[in-house]
Amino acid sequence: MHQQTSETFDRNAREALADVQLRGALRNLATTFGGRRKEAIATVEDWEGLRERARAAKDETLAHLDRYLEQFAGNAERAGARIHWARDGAEACRIVLDLIRARGASKVVKSKSMATEEIHLNHALEAEGLAPVETDLGEWIIQLAHETPSHIVVPAIHKSKRQIAELFAEKVGIEPTDDVAVLTGAARRILRRNFAEAEVGISGVNFGVAETGTILILENEGNARLTTSLPRTHIAVMGIEKVIPRFTDLDVFLKLLPRSGTGQRLTAYQSLITGTKRRPEDEGPEELHIVLMDNGRSRMLAHPVTRQSLACIRCGACLNACPVYQQVGGHAYGSVYPGPIGAVITPQLSGLRQSAQLPYASSLCGACREVCPVKIDIPELLLHLRAEVTEGTAAGTAAQHGPVKRRPLERLAFGLYARAWSSPALYLLGARVARVLQRVVVRRGRIGKVGGLLAKLAPPLAAWTEWRDAPPLAPRTFREQWREENKGQNHPR
Amino acid sequence: MRISLFITCLVDQLWPSVGASAVEVLRRAGCEVAFDERQTCCGQPAFNTGYRAEARRLARRFIEIFEEGGAEYVVSPSGSCTAMAHHFHELFADDEPWRRRAEALAARTYEFGAFLVKVLKVEDVGASFKGRVTWHDACHGLRDLGIKEEPRRLIRGVRGAEFVELPNADACCGFGGTFSVKYPEISVAILDHKIDAIEKAGVRAVVSGDASCLMQIGGRLTRNNSNVKAMHIAELLASRE
Repeated sequence: MHQQTSETFDRNAREALADVQLRGALRNLATTFGGRRKEAIATVEDWEGLRERARAAKDETLAHLDRYLEQFAGNAERAGARIHWARDGAEACRIVLDLIRARGASKVVKSKSMATEEIHLNHALEAEGLAPVETDLGEWIIQLAHETPSHIVVPAIHKSKRQIAELFAEKVGIEPTDDVAVLTGAARRILRRNFAEAEVGISGVNFGVAETGTILILENEGNARLTTSLPRTHIAVMGIEKVIPRFTDLDVFLKLLPRSGTGQRLTAYQSLITGTKRRPEDEGPEELHIVLMDNGRSRMLAHPVTRQSLACIRCGACLNACPVYQQVGGHAYGSVYPGPIGAVITPQLSGLRQSAQLPYASSLCGACREVCPVKIDIPELLLHLRAEVTEGTAAGTAAQHGPVKRRPLERLAFGLYARAWSSPALYLLGARVARVLQRVVVRRGRIGKVGGLLAKLAPPLAAWTEWRDAPPLAPRTFREQWREENKGQNHPR
Repeated sequence: MRISLFITCLVDQLWPSVGASAVEVLRRAGCEVAFDERQTCCGQPAFNTGYRAEARRLARRFIEIFEEGGAEYVVSPSGSCTAMAHHFHELFADDEPWRRRAEALAARTYEFGAFLVKVLKVEDVGASFKGRVTWHDACHGLRDLGIKEEPRRLIRGVRGAEFVELPNADACCGFGGTFSVKYPEISVAILDHKIDAIEKAGVRAVVSGDASCLMQIGGRLTRNNSNVKAMHIAELLASRE
């Protein structure tokens, strides 16, 4: 699969729409995940109250992020963890690499971590001759396929059973089979060997509790548990926004995240890791290293509108609810973070210049805002980013990654629209002129497919009429009718 | 009760009959309807595409016009335009006086169907329409303004109409403003999901409160030579078959 970038989102989307297999895989996502989520939510008494509390906890954290991070770091270190601060992805990769090298290690296993996908950690390690093995089944599948994840929670959702079977047959040497038990059995056998031999385990972090220095990892397969307990060294990569104030806050998030993400009341495993083992004879890693990573997050923190982007708990509910994601899938976005939250954080993390299309890849329907467990107003963020694109303000992002491509014709059109429609006389004149001009395209009371020169002159009209009829302007506007019907009557001037 | 009609540019120019129907229904329900001819557009296209200065200009004009006239309420046959009026205050975050004026106006600006049910407490406006009808929840009306029950009650009040609920009534139709022409293929892919459900429902008409959704849904229905009619709720309620 060729590497798709955010810059070519429109082309990626068209390709995705033509991909019958992908459409089939995505079709079930909305109904299955959406359905399970609804059922799971019904088992909670006050879902809205939970969302409010979660958002309040996140807002409190973000308002004092430095304090909570220091508290977290202090408590984690007191419990035996080593804290490392990474300004950006490159630094985070370097820290991880140095830790591995310093221990003379070569066998590395990984559990699922979007933060490590964000910084392309595997590539960085592979470039240095290491071969980290992904142990989450979905992540292992895309690692074998040399692909990026297409969903925040279920990274291989775009693959059919048959594709996975063929992949396993090719890369792992088993007979092609549709039998899920056989496929997962093969994965388990191979991954178990990797766990047993691994010297370093790299994980992500779902939540870091400031009060206790505890990290929490949620999962269903048990691979994160093995990754973080068998190898001698455990390295946890954590975005700085993952910290929460108190241990009791976990109660709220544990009720929200599994239900929102997979429709489960709780994941199969929850691993709470506070520092290292208390006694040398206990089981578990000798060392725990927590890499606290910024990579653009403090920039998001700075602006009162974009700050809420950092409340995200990576549940993926917005992806499942999004009509755009449901049609084109995750790869079209050209980012490890796709869908609604991806459209918002990708431009902020990697610059609007490359990802200026993403904020526009939305019908602003608001389904994402409705399902977000922490009440992030994604449409508000999308509109904010669209304003940054047009006004080129992009505080921070433009300075970092260069100005966004200008769209002079569009700017001109909207400028004219605002000026002309500030005058009722011009507005009406425009309507009258358009009524005459439209005779060129109106046939039997409607406007059908517009082609040829006219399509080139008016691309939006061509884009609309390719698949939909357009309504003609009415012979008289409402106001003209009203004026006639109310001639001489008293009405507001 | 005197209300000021916010006709919206789409209804004004494309479906003036929807405007006429809305006026008739409001009058039937006992309102005096005023129409200020100075009105043009709420500026939603500019706001949604990121052109805030242009949107602000149109917003100021809108606020000035609708503050006058002595009407108790401003009523509009469009969920998205009403929602835009409710969002005006975001354009004046740094301008306290204008923000207050925007908020004050928003507090008395209602979408047509919501106004009938919530303010006038009317669910039967004497309408009659024979056949199966279904409802499409326009996104802004549903999620910005919380309009869900009101149109269903109004439709159930129409003599002769058999209401059928779509399985995905609250799914987006794919319009999304300029999204519909910036990403037409995605827009239509989303749309076809809705069209499939509408055809399967075997209805005579699909009704909505937003002309933009009706343009999207209706445009595909006619392109498909479908028998299903796309109707605005005002037209349905004015119907006397």
